[in-house]
Amino acid sequence: MHELAICQSLINQLEAIAADRDAQSISLIVVGIGPLSGVEAQLLKNAYPIASVGTVADKAEIVIEQLPIKVKCNECGQESDAAPNKLVCKQCGNWRTTLISGDELLLLSVELEKAETENLQQGAGSTATTGLH
Amino acid sequence: MCDTCGCNITHGNENFIKPGGKLHKTESGKEAVTVLHNLLDENDHTAKHNREHFDQHNVLAINLMSSPGAGKTALLEATIQQLDKNLRIAVIEGDLETENDAERIRQHGIKAIQIATGSACHLDAHMIHQALHNLDLAEFDIVFIENVGNLVCPASFDLGQHLNVTLLSVPEGDDKPAKYPVMFRASDFVLISKSDLLPVLDDFKPERAKRYLQDIASTAPILELSSKSQSGMKEWFDWIKQQIKTRKDFLLKNPVVSHSHTHTHQHHHSHSHT
Repeated sequence: MHELAICQSLINQLEAIAADRDAQSISLIVVGIGPLSGVEAQLLKNAYPIASVGTVADKAEIVIEQLPIKVKCNECGQESDAAPNKLVCKQCGNWRTTLISGDELLLLSVELEKAETENLQQGAGSTATTGLH
Repeated sequence: MCDTCGCNITHGNENFIKPGGKLHKTESGKEAVTVLHNLLDENDHTAKHNREHFDQHNVLAINLMSSPGAGKTALLEATIQQLDKNLRIAVIEGDLETENDAERIRQHGIKAIQIATGSACHLDAHMIHQALHNLDLAEFDIVFIENVGNLVCPASFDLGQHLNVTLLSVPEGDDKPAKYPVMFRASDFVLISKSDLLPVLDDFKPERAKRYLQDIASTAPILELSSKSQSGMKEWFDWIKQQIKTRKDFLLKNPVVSHSHTHTHQHHHSHSHT
């Protein structure tokens, strides 16, 4: 069960983002997981409340989006959907393919609550964007 | 995976995860802070750092993975005894508890560092970094990392190794690559270990294991080997020597930018080196 270790890594990232942006708390986290990342979405969800206790993100809702498995054939170039243990080209049956989606383990986005937002007692979250790291 | 930031965005998944994509909007409709960081960024950063240490000293690091009891330690013992004596070996052992495996290695006069992971089911890059504090890499040519016996969790954690070798022992059955695709996809070399048992356990078909590996688009070579009967050991040693040469050639063409950091201190902060 390595999902707890991954949650702890996630929490460290969330704390850094919140500190960087002067946020009071984090209300929503969106994580993208591919089936070939080796991480079980439900186990990650179960581990999250344990890992987040006492942190800036302990009340956050965690949304996990499962990404599809897609391969591109090295021979015919066709892109096709695939199963975790059948990564062959659906067009020509070739097994020499390249995975183009399905092994992601990404923190996609977060929604921050800032102090002034809370003072106004409104639910609006802050808006900000960062570029790619 | 994206080489710039490790975020593994490709044209195959970007429609799903880039700003404006299906998964980007939050349910409340509020604009979100886009992050797009790999969840294991911290681990991967340390792994890269470990790899730089190995490269600076021209050390090849091989991560051995398998289920418990597939013969990783026995393979290491046979390797220590028979591999070219000019190649200096060190071993980092990962187990939940005990120093048993490190003791087995030390009996052959080889430096072995035991990492007791407690309840953790895998090694991570930070544990290897700590272990490297106790290893003078200038004294070695190869470091074998024997990961925790487990076909699931170790696959997700980069340690800073150059190569992953996965053992699939004959008693386990030939369909393990189909059952544990994440692990076998990460493998650079698959060893069908305990091959001396093939005549008895004849329901294990090496051909079928190969087919399951092809199904997960693995291009890793496969070798049947037995530490006990010695069959396949010569090919295993040839492969190791070839990998050492390949790495050395690579480093000659791509020299490591040296950094002044030495392992005389312990640090728990994140840092970067130039």
